[in-house]
Amino acid sequence: MITIINYGLGNLGSVQNMLKRINVPSKITSDIKEIEAAEKILLPGVGAFDSAIQKIDELNLRTVLVHKAKVDKIPFLGICLGMQLLTRGSEEGLLNGLDLVPAKTIKFKFEETSDLKIPHMGWNFVKVNTPSKLTEGFTPEHRFYFVHSYKVVCDNNNNSILRTEYGGDFDSAIQNENVYGTQFHPEKSHKYGMQLLTNFSKL
Amino acid sequence: MLLVRHIPCLLLKDNGLVKTVNFKNPKYIGDPINTVRIFNEKEVDELLFLDIEATPKNREPNYKLLAEIANECFMPLAYGGGIKTFEQAQRIYNIGIEKVAINSALHSNLNLITQIADVYGAQAVIGVIDVKKNFFGKSQVVSNSANNKHKYTIEEWVKKLEEAGVGEILITSVDNEGTWNGLDIELIKKVTSISKVPVIAHGGAGNIEHLIAGIKQGGANAIAIGSMVVYQKKDFGVLINFPDKKLLA
Repeated sequence: MITIINYGLGNLGSVQNMLKRINVPSKITSDIKEIEAAEKILLPGVGAFDSAIQKIDELNLRTVLVHKAKVDKIPFLGICLGMQLLTRGSEEGLLNGLDLVPAKTIKFKFEETSDLKIPHMGWNFVKVNTPSKLTEGFTPEHRFYFVHSYKVVCDNNNNSILRTEYGGDFDSAIQNENVYGTQFHPEKSHKYGMQLLTNFSKL
Repeated sequence: MLLVRHIPCLLLKDNGLVKTVNFKNPKYIGDPINTVRIFNEKEVDELLFLDIEATPKNREPNYKLLAEIANECFMPLAYGGGIKTFEQAQRIYNIGIEKVAINSALHSNLNLITQIADVYGAQAVIGVIDVKKNFFGKSQVVSNSANNKHKYTIEEWVKKLEEAGVGEILITSVDNEGTWNGLDIELIKKVTSISKVPVIAHGGAGNIEHLIAGIKQGGANAIAIGSMVVYQKKDFGVLINFPDKKLLA
């Protein structure tokens, strides 16, 4: 059973639809007791960093989320903004992140003359940087759907499990022990996303 | 390397899919849910649904049908048609659709973009610009299925949409739409040369060369494709299909 955290931001329906397709049971909740009992946590997220953190704090979810990740050490996956929330903080906002992976979130910056647009939006490839169970079976053909204006930078290279090129390589998936994050949207990435979510469900 | 997106643009009328020519004469294509399943198989980059009746008939989006579509879609999904308020956009996002495309409502309430983008982010809002040549061959910004004309130049309107906070622009040539004659490259260039956000070019693509021209010459970041993905070929029957990705590279 995967517990999908509902804090009012994020595309919960799509995540649940894909989990249903790969026969993985899930439930959507913002209830502290239900989260305390979770076997696996999925933290989705779309929107702005501070408004997400504010909502998490308003619902008093920070303590239970950090406890499940750091003490109970259950498999924990943040998607898109959900991955950025795992870092200590973001240039997008002033509030503290959940600080579950040694990393920070910064804005994409390109030269004025660059053709690269922000957000980084569309399908892009991923390269395995540090092997992980989450990315087992990945090939150079694996592509995922991205849409983001900020990117995560890991303090240590070994926490970066996938890298993606957009005006230089950035960390497109991260891991710190049982805590994982993907900058892309597996729930919107066809069979490639199904494979990643299947891998997560087997952790 | 970021890949160029090719986006089937599917038109909704009643509960079915249709295809138009120059925004007119909608012809029935088939059932949207079956079509989505085929596009899943084809692993298309993204899907765009436009309800061509919602604004002209002044009705709400068909939430029930959209929810059925979203449940079947394992790719990014955008919806446009009849969205006038923040609450309507919110309902669309809650269904599991990640982008809304808006045109008509913006001509009386540009602030709608800002209102939505502040909560859901700029990437969740596509500003739609439909362009039609008038009797004298002058390009005009139009809305409400090309029934309303507006006084802004295309450049002015692009800037206004960007200032309001759109994350993407969909530029459609009404004159080329459904014709198979090729995209309006000059129009696309006009938009991509000043736009800071990704541009989706739409209207007229009839073959692979047209798609490539939209990207290479037009500078578009994505192409929305209508006729090519719902018909076998020009003047032939319905066939849901998608060009071979290798040919598009």
